[in-house]
Amino acid sequence: MNAPRTLLAKPWIWSFVATAAVWIITILFTGGASTVGLSQAALTFAAFSVIVGIGQMFVITLGPGNIDLSVPSTMTLSGTLALKLMDVQDSMIAVGLLLAIVLGLLVGIGNYALIKLLRIPPIIATLSMSFVIQSTAIWANRGLRIKPPETLANFTTSSLVGIPNIALVALILSALAWVLLEKSIYGRWISAIGQSTFAARMTGIPVDGTRFITYALCAVLASICGYLLASFSGGAALNMGAEYLLMSIAVVVIGGTAVAGGNSNIPGIWGASLFMFLVVSMLNTYGFGAGFRLILTGLIIIAVILAAGGRQSTR
Amino acid sequence: MITVHERQEVVAARGIRVTFGAVKALDGADLVIHSGECLGLVGHNGAGKSTIVNVINGGLTPHDGTVSYSGSDAAHGIATARANGVRCVFQELSLCPNLTVNENTRIMHTGLKGWNWRSRALKLVETQLAEVFPGHDIDCDSTVDDLSIAERQMVEIAISFAGVRERPKLVILDEPTSSLDAGLAAQLMSYIRRFVGQGGSVLLISHILGEILSTCDRVVVMKDGRVVADRTASEFSTRTLVEAMGNVVREQELHRGQDKRGSTPVLSMPPRRGRGLPFEAYRGEMIGFAGLGGHGQTQALLDLYLSRNSNWWPSRKEELAFVAGDRSLNGTFPLWSILKNLSIASLGSLSSRSLVDADREDELGAGWKKRIEIRTPDMNNRILSLSGGNQQKVLFARALATTAKTVLMDDPMRGVDVGTKQEVYDILRSEAATGRTFIWYSTEMDEIRLCDRVYVFREGAIVSELIGEEITEKNVLAASFTSGEAA
Amino acid sequence: MKISSGTVRLIIPAASLAVLLAAVFYMQPRTMSYTGLNLLFNLAVPIALATIAQMLIMAVNDLDLSMGTFVSFCACVAATFLQTSPAIGILIFIGAIAVYAGIGVVIHVRELPSIVVTLGMSFVWGGLAVLMLPSPGGAAPVWARWLMTAKPPVIPMAIVASILIAAITHFIVMRSSFGVVVRGVGGNYRSVERAGWSVLRLRAATYALAGFFAVLSGIALVGLTTSADANIALRYTLLSIAGVILGGGEFVGGKVSPIGAVIGALTLTLAGSFLSFMRISPDWQIGAQGAILVVVLALRLLLNRLEKREKNR
Repeated sequence: MNAPRTLLAKPWIWSFVATAAVWIITILFTGGASTVGLSQAALTFAAFSVIVGIGQMFVITLGPGNIDLSVPSTMTLSGTLALKLMDVQDSMIAVGLLLAIVLGLLVGIGNYALIKLLRIPPIIATLSMSFVIQSTAIWANRGLRIKPPETLANFTTSSLVGIPNIALVALILSALAWVLLEKSIYGRWISAIGQSTFAARMTGIPVDGTRFITYALCAVLASICGYLLASFSGGAALNMGAEYLLMSIAVVVIGGTAVAGGNSNIPGIWGASLFMFLVVSMLNTYGFGAGFRLILTGLIIIAVILAAGGRQSTR
Repeated sequence: MITVHERQEVVAARGIRVTFGAVKALDGADLVIHSGECLGLVGHNGAGKSTIVNVINGGLTPHDGTVSYSGSDAAHGIATARANGVRCVFQELSLCPNLTVNENTRIMHTGLKGWNWRSRALKLVETQLAEVFPGHDIDCDSTVDDLSIAERQMVEIAISFAGVRERPKLVILDEPTSSLDAGLAAQLMSYIRRFVGQGGSVLLISHILGEILSTCDRVVVMKDGRVVADRTASEFSTRTLVEAMGNVVREQELHRGQDKRGSTPVLSMPPRRGRGLPFEAYRGEMIGFAGLGGHGQTQALLDLYLSRNSNWWPSRKEELAFVAGDRSLNGTFPLWSILKNLSIASLGSLSSRSLVDADREDELGAGWKKRIEIRTPDMNNRILSLSGGNQQKVLFARALATTAKTVLMDDPMRGVDVGTKQEVYDILRSEAATGRTFIWYSTEMDEIRLCDRVYVFREGAIVSELIGEEITEKNVLAASFTSGEAA
Repeated sequence: MKISSGTVRLIIPAASLAVLLAAVFYMQPRTMSYTGLNLLFNLAVPIALATIAQMLIMAVNDLDLSMGTFVSFCACVAATFLQTSPAIGILIFIGAIAVYAGIGVVIHVRELPSIVVTLGMSFVWGGLAVLMLPSPGGAAPVWARWLMTAKPPVIPMAIVASILIAAITHFIVMRSSFGVVVRGVGGNYRSVERAGWSVLRLRAATYALAGFFAVLSGIALVGLTTSADANIALRYTLLSIAGVILGGGEFVGGKVSPIGAVIGALTLTLAGSFLSFMRISPDWQIGAQGAILVVVLALRLLLNRLEKREKNR
């Protein structure tokens, strides 16, 4: 077997190649002065995208039309409520996390209930749900900005042997997700559903149950991400989830997951998240503004989907 | 009566050969339609009826042979066929359900251009409807969605017979009365006679032989991709028509086991659509679903399967397994390897604590690769790298690898080569001997004859049950075609 | 008397708008005047135009997630180039419409999911808007300002404009040959193809037309707000989808209604005012919009069920 060739055949490899290229270019430009700082920042900010991206990836795996637009509002709500409940007390950290998880479960149940009961496409169901969640968050966010418990704040902002703790958390979650996707029955099921829902049903897969679990999983991951992000940035803000709506979808697509469903991978999400952050910081070091950054992001997404779309249909 | 040779040829297809992979769909078939005649086309499943219709309407280019329209064979294709006045009413609904009747007329008749097309389209379709189905009460401004199935069929027929500037020369009707009641069917038949009397021609395909015999001038019988009889309708009777469709050679003797019906069925279903016979299956039986294609056999299998499988909870023990016939629709998972496609239905027994045991999965794959001889160097190759027949074997292995006691098969041998078929038949026989029950929808007579008991479907319901020696091609054909008018 | 399903689909949106309007009049009788109505519905005009654009895309079974950023982009162009050098502004708009047609072609030829392609485009439009107007600014072209603040006799401008939009798009989409074939593509594209139409050309034309209405939406928005910024219309993506759905449109099957879409846009605009009159705290306004969407969808499902039962009888 030819190892390099099998590696090149992986859909996620390109996001890492691109990441490495951008990383080197940026380092060269700054003369190597910011190597450690840049890498740490990249790992930290990529970690948040990775956590929501994994959830979104599971949903997108379910096939065309499956997408969760309630990710940003879920993040905001869980960050807000968890910080409120913990109320700066270190003893409440675990309770806060539990609240975030329960909240995610509730959102997942709500999302799938709308999809199933009203028979509406997931995109509009999760959209309506996100309106309601966003309102709840606005209502809960009134008053003083509450700080996270100190231990939690320290944990999220410090690092272990040079690797940010947040990145470690994301890594652990990624490993779990990888096992779920590649090794478990559940992973086989979502992939089967994404390739052909009808064929999946006819092999005895409980399609509704599996889809429900997936939406719940996505909401729980968004919720955990909101909890961590609020602790990291010293408090919850109403717009803290906003950029993660498009980001969560973008990292999945750039990471080589098939948009048509059925074929996903976890490493690509890491590559894409790092890449997205590094492109931004590279453009910043070169002095380009937000406008160019956005245009480039958009063109990258379209280029990737154009290339991937062709691959899908030929083989 | 005018004699046939004075009339012009509208469409002539001669020496047509079409092959799909190893299957010869048409093997040198001739079909000539003259102006001013109604031609009946009958034959059992796979005889090549729909293939030759597709060749005539330009949708399919034959591998051999010529198709000429009004004597010229210069061009071929959908556009050429349309330009030469060939129209087709398919069995599946080809209207846009979200548009009104006259809007659909606009789409189908590109000639309805310019200002005021709406009232012209309305007039066109209303006149035509009144002509074909006098006394109908279809509002041509209503959306197709709001019409009943019969009304949609009527609209589609009317649109096809209508002409903006000139009338169509040939209208192909594929089972046009399948959703019409007897009164409407009679109206259509008498319109066909009038249309033909004015010089138009019609190609009529129907499973109601009474219709064919009373309406057509000439009847063509097809079998195995060839035309086996081509005579004026008056020379046929229902009985001789059925005989012409059947096998001329004497049916070979098959060894049959004794009656396996015990006291309690493993699977049963009340009569479908409130009519016909109930369905029952007993342990170790091989049961056939026969009849013409599209008469409710697949739906019966799906209903059986889905009613015994939860959509929410994983089942503890698989009771039923399903083998798909339409591989791309409900069978294979195209992105996966052969192995994953094989093991998907039996993951429960291959895993511990919800994690799939790769070694046990490989073992299963290797075992079945040997047993049913999947021709591949590596079970980790993509499923689409296999030939159609081998893909189908994987689907069989998927179902047989489960612990399910009953296996449902939805015409699984469609487009599979003869060698593979024989291999699979042997496996099925040995599995049935171990007490597995098979419920097998097949469009092929040879397969139906392998069954212990056969239910014949017509118009969505079971109309006949044949046991043991009664399973002959003649009996199946007689039950699939009705002699009289539609009920 | 048979009522067509198209009419039934219009009843709910029209009824909900009427109920909402009655409630607003009841709570704030002062709104029952020329200026009152104008204030209530002013912002509805650009939303209605964006909803029409989204509806066209949905008529061919696609979805445009870049509607909000594209309208923002158009607003920025209108507030800068169109105001200072109209010729360049118009050229930019023509280019943008051509890009929309191109997106339609790419989606059709490569069979790509419209959601992801338009998602990518939303970054591009957003970036271009930021390049033009990094901070809020610009000025509305005088004629756009005049048009949006005109005071026709008896009926306020917002209402006149809405009726005009509904009438014109109703003609294009529901009455003209072009509209029929476009909806045919959404309903059963194979039979449209079989009858000899080019689905590729139809899809490109539909996208271009949608781009045109989105451009109008951007200009109308600037005419109302007098200045623009890159984030001015981000909400429009969601509002336009919700407006189409509220107005009786569906995601697949080519079932759309321009009149319904305009009514849906009016309802969404009015819902905001209604909630503030109800003294519902602004915190819950977005949530209430989500709830309204869910209630309307539930009502429609119920109605469809009843209709089906009626038909089966």
